[in-house]
Amino acid sequence: MTSLLVIIVLVLLAVALWQLTKIFDLTQVGSISDNSQVASDDDNNVQGYLMFGFLAFLYIFSIYGLFKWGPLVLHTPASEHGSLVDSLMNISWVLLFIVQAITQVLLHYFSFKYRGKKGQKALYFADNNRLEALWSVIPAVVLAGLILYGLYAWTNIMFIDEEEDTVVVELYAQQFKWTARYAGPDNVLGKANVRLIEGVNTLGVDLSDPYAQDDIVINELHIPKGKKIHFKMRSQDVLHSAYMPYFRAQMNCVPGMVTEFAFTPIYTTDEYRELPYMVEKVANINDLRTKKSIELVAKGETALDPYTFDYLLLCNKICGASHYNMQMKVIVDTPEDYKKWLQDKPTVVQEVKTAKTPAAPVDGAKGADSTKGKDTAAAVVKMAMK
Amino acid sequence: MSAEAHDHGHDLEHEHHHKETFITKYIFSIDHKMISKQYLITGIIMGVIGVGMSMLFRMQLAWPEESFKIFNVLLGDKFAPDGVMANDIYLALVTIHGTIMVFFVLTAGLSGTFSNLLIPLQIGARDMASGFMNMISYWLFFLSAVIMLSSLFVEAGPASSGWTIYPPLSALPQAIPGSGMGMTLWLVSMAIFIASSLIGSLNYIVTVINLRTKGMTMTRLPLTIWCFFVTAIIGVVSFPVLLSAALLLIFDRSFGTSFFLSDIYIAGEVLHYQGGSPVLFEHLFWFLGHPEVYIVILPAMGIVSEVMATNARKPIFGYRAMIMSVLAIAFLSTIVWGHHMFVSGMNPFLGSVFTFTTLLIAIPSAVKAFNWITTLWKGNLQLNPAMLFSIGMVSTFITGGLTGIILGDSTLDINVHDTYFVVAHFHLVMGISALYGMFAGVYHWFPRLYGRMLNKNLGYVHFWVSAICAYGVFFPMHFIGLAGLPRRYYTNTNFPLFDDLQNVNVLITTFALIGGIFQLVFLYNFFSSIFYGKKSVQNPWKSNTLEWTAPVEHIHGNWPGALPEVHRWPYDYSNPAHDVDFVPQNVPMKEGEEVLHH
Repeated sequence: MTSLLVIIVLVLLAVALWQLTKIFDLTQVGSISDNSQVASDDDNNVQGYLMFGFLAFLYIFSIYGLFKWGPLVLHTPASEHGSLVDSLMNISWVLLFIVQAITQVLLHYFSFKYRGKKGQKALYFADNNRLEALWSVIPAVVLAGLILYGLYAWTNIMFIDEEEDTVVVELYAQQFKWTARYAGPDNVLGKANVRLIEGVNTLGVDLSDPYAQDDIVINELHIPKGKKIHFKMRSQDVLHSAYMPYFRAQMNCVPGMVTEFAFTPIYTTDEYRELPYMVEKVANINDLRTKKSIELVAKGETALDPYTFDYLLLCNKICGASHYNMQMKVIVDTPEDYKKWLQDKPTVVQEVKTAKTPAAPVDGAKGADSTKGKDTAAAVVKMAMK
Repeated sequence: MSAEAHDHGHDLEHEHHHKETFITKYIFSIDHKMISKQYLITGIIMGVIGVGMSMLFRMQLAWPEESFKIFNVLLGDKFAPDGVMANDIYLALVTIHGTIMVFFVLTAGLSGTFSNLLIPLQIGARDMASGFMNMISYWLFFLSAVIMLSSLFVEAGPASSGWTIYPPLSALPQAIPGSGMGMTLWLVSMAIFIASSLIGSLNYIVTVINLRTKGMTMTRLPLTIWCFFVTAIIGVVSFPVLLSAALLLIFDRSFGTSFFLSDIYIAGEVLHYQGGSPVLFEHLFWFLGHPEVYIVILPAMGIVSEVMATNARKPIFGYRAMIMSVLAIAFLSTIVWGHHMFVSGMNPFLGSVFTFTTLLIAIPSAVKAFNWITTLWKGNLQLNPAMLFSIGMVSTFITGGLTGIILGDSTLDINVHDTYFVVAHFHLVMGISALYGMFAGVYHWFPRLYGRMLNKNLGYVHFWVSAICAYGVFFPMHFIGLAGLPRRYYTNTNFPLFDDLQNVNVLITTFALIGGIFQLVFLYNFFSSIFYGKKSVQNPWKSNTLEWTAPVEHIHGNWPGALPEVHRWPYDYSNPAHDVDFVPQNVPMKEGEEVLHH
C-alpha cells in the first residue's frame, strides 16, 4: 500500500515537473494577448472524460471505503436507547447514499456529456417553477420525517424521569482524570462544591449533608446491567465531555453546574467481549499490535500488551495538554456482581475520618452552615452554596 | 466591439493617470482593485501558513511521536526537541490552523478579495462608497494577521484551546500554557479583525444599495453580488456578538469578572469566580460561529453560480430561486447555532428546537445544488480550470452537506459530536467547498486582477490533484469518526481500541501531504503569471457582467468616460434571439426582443 502511494506521488511529481517546464517554455514565447489559456475543444474533451473518470473514482473509492473501513465503525450498541439511535442513523444513511449517488452521477455525467464544442449553442433554460417546487417539496417531506423521528428519539433519551428507579452516579472530571461518586443506599448524592475540596475529600463533598453520609468516591466505574444509570456530571476546572461511544452517550461536564445523562446498559462487559464482531475486532487489533511489537522489540523497546476489550469513558472536549489520555474503564457487571463490588467500599465520610484520625479532631465548622436539601431537582442545578 | 473598447482603454489610461507615489498606489491605496489584490495576497500567505500547519499535525497523527527533522526546523527545540512534536504545540497548531483558515483565509481572503474587486465592477460603480474606510478595513485586517502570527512566537506558545476558545480552558493559563500571552494576542487580533470585517461589510452593503449604475435593478444583479451583499449583512449581524464575547472573556481573564467562570479548583487552589457559565460563552460564540460558516460559503456559492453560468454558456437555472435560497439560508443561519451545543448541558428542549431549524437549512441548500446541476444540463460547457473548481465545489458541497443532516439531528449528534466525523463534515462542506470557490474565483478573475491569464494546464493539474486528495483526506475520515475517535487528540496510542484506525490515519495524511504540496503548482502559476502570464484580452471568458466591459488596465474610476448602462439581466447566455452566445448587460434590448426569464 505504502509503496503504491510512493509510486503515485512520484508519478504526480513527474507530471508536475513536465507541466512546469512546459509553462516555462510558454512564458518565453512573449506576451502577446491571445486565447490560448481559454479551454479549447480539445481541453473540453479531455476534461470532460476526466470528469467521467472522476465519477468512477468517487464510486470506486466509496465502495472500497464501505468494505474496507465500514467494519471499523461502532457496532451493536451496548445501551437500551442505542438501538433507537442506530436505527435513525441507518435510515439517514440510506437516504443520504441515495441522494449522494444520484446527484454525483448527474453532476459529473452532465459535465462529461455537455462538454463544449465550437459552434454549439446551449439550451436557453432559465427557470421552471414545477422543477423548483419538486426539489423544494421532496427534501421538505423527507426532512420532516427525519425531524419527527429524531425529536421522538431525543425526547426519549434526554428527558429523565425522576420517578424512575435509577442508580445515581456522579462523574467527576478534572484535568486529566475521571472519578465516580456513588449515591449509596439512599440513592441521593450529597451536596458538593469545589470550595469544600480538602485532603482526601477531593470532590468537595459537603460532609455535613445527610445525603452525603453514604456517598462513595472511587476511581473505578462499575455499573449494573439492565438498570437505568443516571449520571450526573461535574467538572472542577475546565470543560470536559463524558463520551461513552459504545453506549451512544455523551454529555459535557461544565464547571459551576451539574449536567446529566441516563442510559441502561444491556450487555455486561464479558457479554460484549463475546459478541462475534467484537471478537473479530479484537483479534484484528491484536494482530496489528503483534506486528508493531516485533518492530519495537527489534529496536530494543518493550512489546505492547495484548488488548482485551473494555468499555471506555473518554474525554471528548479539549481540556488541556493531556486531553488525549483522559480515560476511565467502564465495567458493566451483572446486578449481583455489582452489589458485591460496591459492598465493602468505604464511604467518603469514613475515608475522611481515617485520614484525620491521627491528627487533630475533625473540623466541624466546615460547611456546617450549608442549607439542607435534595440535589435532585432540575436538569441544571447550580452548585454554588456560599 | 470588445477590441474597440480595449483600445479606448489604452488611450484614456494616460489621461486618467494621477500623480501617485509608490505608497499611495501600492500600500495605502484607496482603489478597490488594489485593495482586492492586497486581500488576495495576504489571504494566500495566510493560507500557506494555515495549510502548512495542518500538514505538520497530520504527520504527527499518522506517525505519532516519531521524529522528523522538519518539526525541529520549523517548531524549534522547545516545541519539537529531537524532532518529536510536543503535545502543547500540537494543540496550538490545531487552534491556529482553524483560526487562520476560517477567519483569515476564507473570510477575509475570500470575501475581502472578491467583494472588493467585483462589487464596484459588477454593479457599475467607480469605486466603493468609501475608499478610505476600505483602506482602513484592509490595514486593520493586516494588523490583526500580524498580531495573530506574532502570537506564534511568545514564550509559552500561542493560543491552544481550539479555535472555539471555550473558557475556562482559554481563560486560565494554569489550565494550558497557551492561555497566557498567546490567548491575549489571539483575542486582541480577533477584536481588530472583527472591526476590519465590520467596516468592510458596511462598505459593501452601502455600495450595493446606493451605487448601482443606471438600469442595474436588484433583480439584475449578478448572483455574486447578491451573495456578497447577504454575506456582509450576516457579518454585520453576527460579528459584533463575537466581539462582545471576546471582550467579556478579556474581562474575565484580566479584571476578575465572572461572566463565563464559576466554581473552579485548579492547580491546588479554589479561584474566586462565582456565578458565570461557560455555556453562555458557547451561545455567544456560536451566534457568530454558525453564521460564520455561511459567511465563508455564500461568497463561494456566488462565485460558483457566476462562473458556472458563464462557462456553461447558459443562464443560471432559477435565478430568483437562487436569491430566495440565499436569503433563506442567511435567515436560518442566525437561528441554528445551538446545534453545536446539543451535549453542552443546555436544556434538552432547546436541542429539539435547534434540530428543527437546522434541518430546515437543507431545503434551500438542496435547491441550490439542484439548480447548479440543472444549469449544466444541455449546456455548452467550457471546462476551464475555474469551471472545474466550480463543479468540484458542487460535488464537495453535496457530499459534505449531506452528513450535516446527521450532525444536525440532536439524537445522532450525541455519538458523533466532537469526533472526526465532524471534522470530515465541515472540512468538506465549508473548508474545501469555500476553497474551491476561492480558486474558481482566482482562475476566473485573474485576468481582471492582473491583466494576464493563468496557465490553464497548471490549473488542470492543480484541480485534479486537489480533487482526488480532498476526497482522499476527508472521505475516510468519516469512518474513523464513526468509530468514535475524538478530535483534538495529540495521539491515539493510549487507546488500543483505536489501533485499527491507524492505517486509515496514515492514508489520510498521505493524501493531505500530496494535496498540500501540489498547492505549490498553484502558487507558482499565480506568482509567475502576474509577471509572465499571457496578456489577457478584455473579455476572455465571453462573460456578460460589467467588469469585462472595463479596460484591461486598471484605471481609477474603472471606466473611461461614462458609466455603462444596464439593459438586461446578467445571464443572457445562448439567448435564442441573438446570434452570439452571450449578450453583455450593457447591450440594449433589440427592437421587439422579449425578456425570456422570470
